Amino acid sequence: MFDLDKWQEIFAALRKNKMRTFLTAFGVFWGIFMLIIMLGSGRGLQNAVFENMKDFATNSIFVWSQPTSEPYAGFPRGRRFNFRNDDIAALRNNIPEIEIIAPRLQGGGGSASVDNVVRGLQSGAFTVNGDYPEWNLIDPVRMREGRFLNVIDVEQSRKVAVIGDMVKEALFEDDEDPVGEYIRINGIYFQVVGVFSPLNSNMSFGGDKAQSIFIPLSTLQRTYNYGDIVGWFAFTIKKNADAAVVDQKIKDLLKARHRVAPHDQQAITGFNLEREFKKISGLFTGIDILVWIVGIGTLLAGVIGISNIMLIVVKERTKEIGIQRALGATPLKIISQIITESVFLTTVAGYFGLVLAVFLLEVVNKALSANGSENMIFRNPGVDFNIAMAALAILIVSGALAGLMPAKRAVSIKPIDALRDE
Amino acid sequence: MITLKNIHKSYTVGLNSLHVLKGLDLEIPKGELVSIMGSSGSGKSTLLNILGILDNHDEGEYFLDGRKIDKLSETKAALLRNEYIGFVFQSFNLISFKNAMENVALPLYYKNVSRKKRNKIALEYLDKVGLKEWAEHMPNELSGGQKQRIAIARSLIANPKIILADEPTGALDSTTSYEVMDILKQINKEGITVIIVTHETDIARMTKRVIKLKDGIIEADYIPEPFVHANDGLLVEGVR
Repeated sequence: MFDLDKWQEIFAALRKNKMRTFLTAFGVFWGIFMLIIMLGSGRGLQNAVFENMKDFATNSIFVWSQPTSEPYAGFPRGRRFNFRNDDIAALRNNIPEIEIIAPRLQGGGGSASVDNVVRGLQSGAFTVNGDYPEWNLIDPVRMREGRFLNVIDVEQSRKVAVIGDMVKEALFEDDEDPVGEYIRINGIYFQVVGVFSPLNSNMSFGGDKAQSIFIPLSTLQRTYNYGDIVGWFAFTIKKNADAAVVDQKIKDLLKARHRVAPHDQQAITGFNLEREFKKISGLFTGIDILVWIVGIGTLLAGVIGISNIMLIVVKERTKEIGIQRALGATPLKIISQIITESVFLTTVAGYFGLVLAVFLLEVVNKALSANGSENMIFRNPGVDFNIAMAALAILIVSGALAGLMPAKRAVSIKPIDALRDE
Repeated sequence: MITLKNIHKSYTVGLNSLHVLKGLDLEIPKGELVSIMGSSGSGKSTLLNILGILDNHDEGEYFLDGRKIDKLSETKAALLRNEYIGFVFQSFNLISFKNAMENVALPLYYKNVSRKKRNKIALEYLDKVGLKEWAEHMPNELSGGQKQRIAIARSLIANPKIILADEPTGALDSTTSYEVMDILKQINKEGITVIIVTHETDIARMTKRVIKLKDGIIEADYIPEPFVHANDGLLVEGVR
């Protein structure tokens, strides 16, 4: 029920001391404003970082070989060696924590100097990778046409190629369907079976992914005389396995198979994305917790301010409350009056803080998207609608609590004492 | 209307207990115009507070319109005050941010009367005290006499059976005092019991009965000079 007299009293009380009302309301306004801005900024930072890893398998480990740094088993230091095809089976059989293995061999090319890929009169310099179909689970691509590599391609060493969309642009006309057509890679003809666009363009292994070509690993080895050499391995590990442990197991096994000194830190090295990802996730969880602690603290300070001011209001209006009670106002009416006032003040101030913060985040977001650069450190700042609603609910409840104590005090004064109060 | 039997009341001030009312017996019939007199500290304000259910008595019995008043909850007390008693204060106690009409209508607000209806009634009562054209004015735009008349209108609006006036003329000059007293007498003529606390003899003389308090007991209870003659001794019974 809308009660004009009640609101008249609220506004009269607030208007009586505009500065005080404003400063009090500002405390709450600032609390919620900061909370939302900080949450939004945290989210923006997080979005930007995770955007870099978007679609990439975050539980992946990469392992490659380098010249040895220690002499071992009769070999001198500085020996170069390669992983081999039979490492794949050995890894799969000995380390059950591995989910998938994607061996890869980079077939050279891609340097702008030499055009290694030719179709008719068109040609271009593109990276050629020998891969297993599993690669698509580590750094997924979106197929625009045709299909990705499959197991049979690898088993039968088929001369098939999956080309990036910029390769297609360079070699084909706009209205041409590349699937089924032939292209010449380093002098050998391959049939195009698919065109892809990369999903994640921030993480790459040399060269623009859109300008690369996938062919089966076995085909690359056979066609270009690589024997059974594997360039490097990408793994993903099973959900409940410890990435660091699996990482070490893989390296130990490969060291043993390639006669590398067990303590040689340099010969077999790699990159553990899982660990990096966990570190970053942990960092953001930390930031989130900090934001909530600081935000709630600021909000609390604002609410305490309101409670304080309501105490003063009650004290100032002791006599008025006394008159009202002499005229027949029940304690409930007085309590509801003061709590309504407190809730009103917090809600209005909080609502403005909320709206302004969301508005500011939106403006920043618009400005950032207008800039449109790919590698932003800040992306889509913003808060969950639910979080905003929760913050508002916290405000209303705390407004009521802030009013409760002063209200209790107001009715605990006997009407005669209140009337005598000068 | 009001019956007090052996009323005691003491206040604790620090470690000392101050015995203010020491066994009051008092009977005020319906329709009386009574003044309570006494020097400060005699207990007259305490008595008024107890009569107005603003304060509880410690001992004894208080009947208001046949109803025993004893250890009421604040809520009940507020409802009884609203129903039975109209208050008039020395310092008027109007609410500063409400205009004259809204001030008068306030008791009806606590009775949950609709705004439109209570403002209409408030205007009638303002008319009664001769301030209808001041309805929209704020209290700080009014003189002391006008404020007190508005306070009286406010005390009347809920149709109380008793008006309790605490030094109603204490802040007014004598001309305005008499005007206010005229209004109170007029109210009394309409059948409402009026109890006035005052220390001014000429004000007390305008009432039909004077109760003198001293040190917490009734020192004297008599009909003041003018009324003994004017009223054919109607209230002689009340004289001790």
